[in-house]
Amino acid sequence: MNAFKPKHQRLVLVSLALIAIIAAGLLAAWALRTQADYFYLPNEMVEEPPEVGRAVRLGGMVAKGSVQTMADGVTVAFMVTDQTEVRMPVRYSGILPDLFVEGSGVVAEGSLGADGVFVADNLLAKHDENYVPRELQEMDQHRAAKMAEETTVGLE
Amino acid sequence: MSAELGLAALWMAAALAFLQLAGGALAQRDAEAPLAALVRPAAMLQGLLALFSFAMLLWVFATTDLSVKLVASNSHSMKPMIFKLSGAWGNHEGSMLLWVTVMALAGALIGWLEKRLPEKTMQATLAAQGFVAIGFYAFLLLSSNPFERLPMPVAEGNGLNPLLQDIGLAFHPPTLYMGYVGLSVAFSFAVGALLTRQVTPEFARVMRPWVLGAWVFLTLGITAGSYWAYYELGWGGWWFWDPVENASLMPWLAATALLHSASVLAARDALRAWTIMLGVVAFSMSMVGTFLVRSGILTSVHAFAVDPERGTFILALLAVYIGGALLLFALRAGSVSEGRRFAAMSREGALVFNNVMLSAILGIVLLGTLYPLLTEAFGVRVSVGPPYFNPVGAIFTIPMLLVMTIGPLLRWREDNAERVRVPVAITTALIVTTALFVMLAAGNISLLPLLGLAIAVGLAVASLMPLRGRNLLRTPLSTWGMVVAHFGIAVSLLGMASESAFTEERLVAVAPGDTTEVADWQIELEGIDPVAGPNWTAMEARLLARRGGGEPHELRPEARSFWAPVQQTTESALLTRWDGQLYAVIGDQAPDGRWQLRLWWKPLVTLIWLGGLLIALGGVLSIIGRLASDIRRRSADRREADEHDDLAQIRGGRSGPAGELV
Repeated sequence: MNAFKPKHQRLVLVSLALIAIIAAGLLAAWALRTQADYFYLPNEMVEEPPEVGRAVRLGGMVAKGSVQTMADGVTVAFMVTDQTEVRMPVRYSGILPDLFVEGSGVVAEGSLGADGVFVADNLLAKHDENYVPRELQEMDQHRAAKMAEETTVGLE
Repeated sequence: MSAELGLAALWMAAALAFLQLAGGALAQRDAEAPLAALVRPAAMLQGLLALFSFAMLLWVFATTDLSVKLVASNSHSMKPMIFKLSGAWGNHEGSMLLWVTVMALAGALIGWLEKRLPEKTMQATLAAQGFVAIGFYAFLLLSSNPFERLPMPVAEGNGLNPLLQDIGLAFHPPTLYMGYVGLSVAFSFAVGALLTRQVTPEFARVMRPWVLGAWVFLTLGITAGSYWAYYELGWGGWWFWDPVENASLMPWLAATALLHSASVLAARDALRAWTIMLGVVAFSMSMVGTFLVRSGILTSVHAFAVDPERGTFILALLAVYIGGALLLFALRAGSVSEGRRFAAMSREGALVFNNVMLSAILGIVLLGTLYPLLTEAFGVRVSVGPPYFNPVGAIFTIPMLLVMTIGPLLRWREDNAERVRVPVAITTALIVTTALFVMLAAGNISLLPLLGLAIAVGLAVASLMPLRGRNLLRTPLSTWGMVVAHFGIAVSLLGMASESAFTEERLVAVAPGDTTEVADWQIELEGIDPVAGPNWTAMEARLLARRGGGEPHELRPEARSFWAPVQQTTESALLTRWDGQLYAVIGDQAPDGRWQLRLWWKPLVTLIWLGGLLIALGGVLSIIGRLASDIRRRSADRREADEHDDLAQIRGGRSGPAGELV
């Protein structure tokens, strides 16, 4: 096999390494733009729905009184809402996360079905009192702000 | 009282780290400087003090001293003793203290034992170690004091997150920290060598056991963490590309590259600057990992709290250490003379290829982990998961694995393709045959698992080839280490590919007495019983699993409710067979009284972790082999020196210390 030109071996090695790493970086940048899952709130998903079948995340509150178990005993349907009171229907087959309750926050990973129902492959709920999915933390702040607004009405 | 003693010890250890830095720095100008002699003792004493401080923390947790804030917020008097103790590091402050303790002990160990390098290089190394330690002491003492007292003791503690009350997890963080911190020693050696311009094969030999040790701990930590996530989270997955998992994978990738390039430097005196660079990168990845996990910038199952002050502090530490080391590298790399040359077709060539591929994979994982943080700054929220990491990582992993089949067979410096034609032909034939066979037998299978299965078989055989024609009893342990570790990669890969290609899943609602099927198993729900543990109650399902009508085996998955803190967890039940695992999770009760049951049959899944253990075993064999040959070499040198000495005496010449005569 050909030996590297002795004088420039270090230069050749450094360039090859740089080329490979830059290639990896470019590839990563391209793939990240196409493969990252975008996060939607219910009103965003209704206004600008993602393509059917594209992996995205939907986050919001589980609407009170909306959770229904289907006849097979393992599929649940429920509505996810946000501050705008838009309701987005979601269907999920599987074991519900431990702290999945009505009126509490949830992030659903999945994709929009052709029938306009969001089909979740996985649900991330509040894990315990201290853990809230990242996307929902902001929402809790919103809610707190809203509550503060409501409770201080007329106090000025 | 013990909390105050622990805190005092921590302050003293921090002061000693200063002394170590100052002494090491002064010694660079004047080897006779009075502080220079104190560098090693300071490192040793600092290690002892940090250990004492950590022992005090264990003590306040063991006695559940509820006047200490950390105990009150993370422990509970009713907890079993083992979880009281593991609770000491199952939180931010305690885990940072553990970090610093392990680091100080590592510094103490090199200060005490390491005598091979020139003293000046050792002093520079210990100064670097002290410099890194100071930052972490400052972080602990100024923003994360684990010994903080409450103004009023509380009546009862808050408890520990039940997910963390698990024996596997009790030992998971310490294992990873040993890995992270072992890399800090590699970093310090790299900085010491760079400062004193001693980038030599001897430096690589001194650094190598530390890199290997760190790498073994990281391997074990990742393996254990993966198994923990697999059975504890009840999702049936073993790797989620969670940022916290990536935080342990990135240092592992860098350490893997580093230990291979250190081997080239030790054996062939090539890749000098590259090895130094990797030493800096590997520890940088440990710190990036610590930052990601500890700053709360990512909220995931593992992240405990959000506290921007701490995040900023660690970010500043990162900037100082990584920036400083890279600056030093930029200034000094030019003065590191070029090592010995080699042909592209050589052992070195294959190792360089492996290094470049590992660096590329590292870059891909790093970008994928940081991307969501970056976009969030611009108001776009995304998450990055398997659809990114799997294919993009595979583009670089597959060529690396293919070169791995042949690299160990190549000769150093220069080789010709003719000589390795037969092994290459055998490996290629194996890979192609396996791929064709799997395609015919399994039909519809996606590309990555197919390639994984095929390459795993080829690599498993190829990894044993370096033993061909050798007397197995006389083969050096370090060669065995390499063979076992490479074989472990193949075993683990086989498990991963098989799990993702052939897993069968079943999700049903069943009433007691009903039978359901997954793969060739029949599973009957016998009944559901309420059970109670020390700090939880649970609904426990009794499942009878039969394979093709054979002997029944019992599985008992649970849905647990903890009361301190209030939380539900699912406890999966596993039935392990030689060819796979049956995995069962019990869910909620449907309104009609049936119970949700989720079942998986995962063929060969256990090979994933078995392979991980083999990889770690390979590392251990290699360390033992290297240390043993090093001790042999040293005692041979000493014998030779003694003989020389005796000879000189017999000849009636001037007798004196051996060193003067040699």
